[in-house]
Amino acid sequence: MSSHHETPGASPPRAHLTTDDVAKVAKLALLELSDAELATFTGQLDAVLDLAEQLNEFDIGDVPPTAHPFGLVNVFRDDVAAIGHDAEVMREEALAAGPEVEAHQFKVPPALGEAP
Amino acid sequence: MTTPAPAEAESVLAIAEAVRAGERSAVDVLDVHLARITASDDQIHAFNTVTDGDARERAAEIDAAVAAGETVGPLAGVPIALKDNMCTRGVPTTCSSKILEHWVPPYDATVVERLAGAGAVIVGKTNLDEFAMGSSTENSAFGPTRNPLDTSRVPGGSSGGSAAAVAAGFAAASLGSDTGGSIRQPAALCGLVGMKPTYGAVSRYGLVAFASSLDQIGPFTRTVAESAAIYDVIAGPDQRDSTSIPQDHISVTAALDQGIDGLRIGVITELSGRGNDAFEPQVVEATVAAAEALSAAGAKVEDVSIPTAVAGLSAYYMIAPAEASSNLARYDGVRYGLRKPGPNTASMMAASRTAGFGDEVKRRIMLGTYALSAGYYDAFYGKAQRIRTLMIREFGRVYENFDVLLSPTSPCVAFEFGAKADPLTMYYNDVCTIPSNLTGQPAMSVPFGTGAHGLPVGVQVLAPMLGEPVMYRVAAALEGMAP
Repeated sequence: MSSHHETPGASPPRAHLTTDDVAKVAKLALLELSDAELATFTGQLDAVLDLAEQLNEFDIGDVPPTAHPFGLVNVFRDDVAAIGHDAEVMREEALAAGPEVEAHQFKVPPALGEAP
Repeated sequence: MTTPAPAEAESVLAIAEAVRAGERSAVDVLDVHLARITASDDQIHAFNTVTDGDARERAAEIDAAVAAGETVGPLAGVPIALKDNMCTRGVPTTCSSKILEHWVPPYDATVVERLAGAGAVIVGKTNLDEFAMGSSTENSAFGPTRNPLDTSRVPGGSSGGSAAAVAAGFAAASLGSDTGGSIRQPAALCGLVGMKPTYGAVSRYGLVAFASSLDQIGPFTRTVAESAAIYDVIAGPDQRDSTSIPQDHISVTAALDQGIDGLRIGVITELSGRGNDAFEPQVVEATVAAAEALSAAGAKVEDVSIPTAVAGLSAYYMIAPAEASSNLARYDGVRYGLRKPGPNTASMMAASRTAGFGDEVKRRIMLGTYALSAGYYDAFYGKAQRIRTLMIREFGRVYENFDVLLSPTSPCVAFEFGAKADPLTMYYNDVCTIPSNLTGQPAMSVPFGTGAHGLPVGVQVLAPMLGEPVMYRVAAALEGMAP
């Protein structure tokens, strides 16, 4: 946390988003974009970041961040199944939603290398 | 065009009373509503799925229970529609996204269990902006919902299908979810009452997560009393939601007739729309008229300034996408949902997400990923979280001197399809509704007169944490004085 108080309007102008920035973010988010999409999204996302510049108009000083309307606390209970129906049925139904399932496990292509 | 406004006999309260007394069968009530769906939902597209088979069985069970003299719940035989982001065991829950198009949850959301326990009959799952991201329902992967009051216009969003289902008489009431205004804004645009409860008042268990610190489930109804009746059923603590408020729910129905004499009501200057070209003049005037009516009825009404309220929009479009980028990371083609093939796991995941998500969802995931990334976290997400603290403090101070606050719900009445194609223009629809999500406080929209093209205008009543009883009192008063 910074100790100095930020003065409203004192922040230097933000560098605009580039298509390289957005390509990097898309990669992190596991999304593939065409060149046309990349150009469109870059402009649109940059406009939202312009909107975010409005946040600099407020003196946030040493105000702490809020992640949640209440302070989050752990809620403990006994470790017993709370679902109203049979655990075995539940397992089969959950597995049934899997795109590819084998021997009661979700199956994916190789994590390292490529499938032959 | 579509069905006429349903008669008094179709209200949640009238249906439940008649069914409980054995004067009307739940099956008959259901058939009336299903007939309307069959006749005109091809024009409206309120529903993604109509659960007519399950609904008939459920209605017959209720009629049998009534005939056997058994106790039936307070919503006996009431047909209710659910936004398609609430899990229903054995019934597809799509979030209007291709990525969940064929997903069938193995469990019910807590709100679904509570409605069933109260005797309600679930008629179907309603259309929404994909993953509840939008303000017009145009972002649905399955096509938009049309506003039953004017089918050339949007119903609002993201809970547009739930709003349209009630406005068209397809269901007596419905549930939506509200992350930045997604219940209140469509309620305003469809001439309904829409309520976002205090964060934690209604369990989120089984609500597909968009922005977990902002999401809340609430009702759409035609009247304030019906809204209270539904809210009284769905509210209350739930062990399965760690953010659920652990204290017993206090009935809001009991508060409805307490009047407003002596209440202190503030009109939020920054959200009033006065002197702001982005607001339609009739919308601004409706809030002024509502304030004058409340004053004449015995409340003390004055303007109040909340400077950070205008920063809500900016803070929200950092916080909500940040949370969404994390929540939507689970859609990777492994355990459920769409899978597109790829030579390795990472390429399979990217192919699945690229094919499964629409543009608005992609925009928000990328925005959130950017706002959370190294080097930008403090400047965007961190700053937005601090503004959130300032807002909570400012609203807290204001509520030391006021019981409730007022503003317009939406800057405009229902707009035409494609009118707000630019994302920022669309985002601005939520400028008045977002602050209550960031603070966690309750707020509701009540119809108050008409604006451009004779379309309904909503006035928003905001209240402090767990201030639903006083909020409903003011809403009931406004409803009684609406032009």
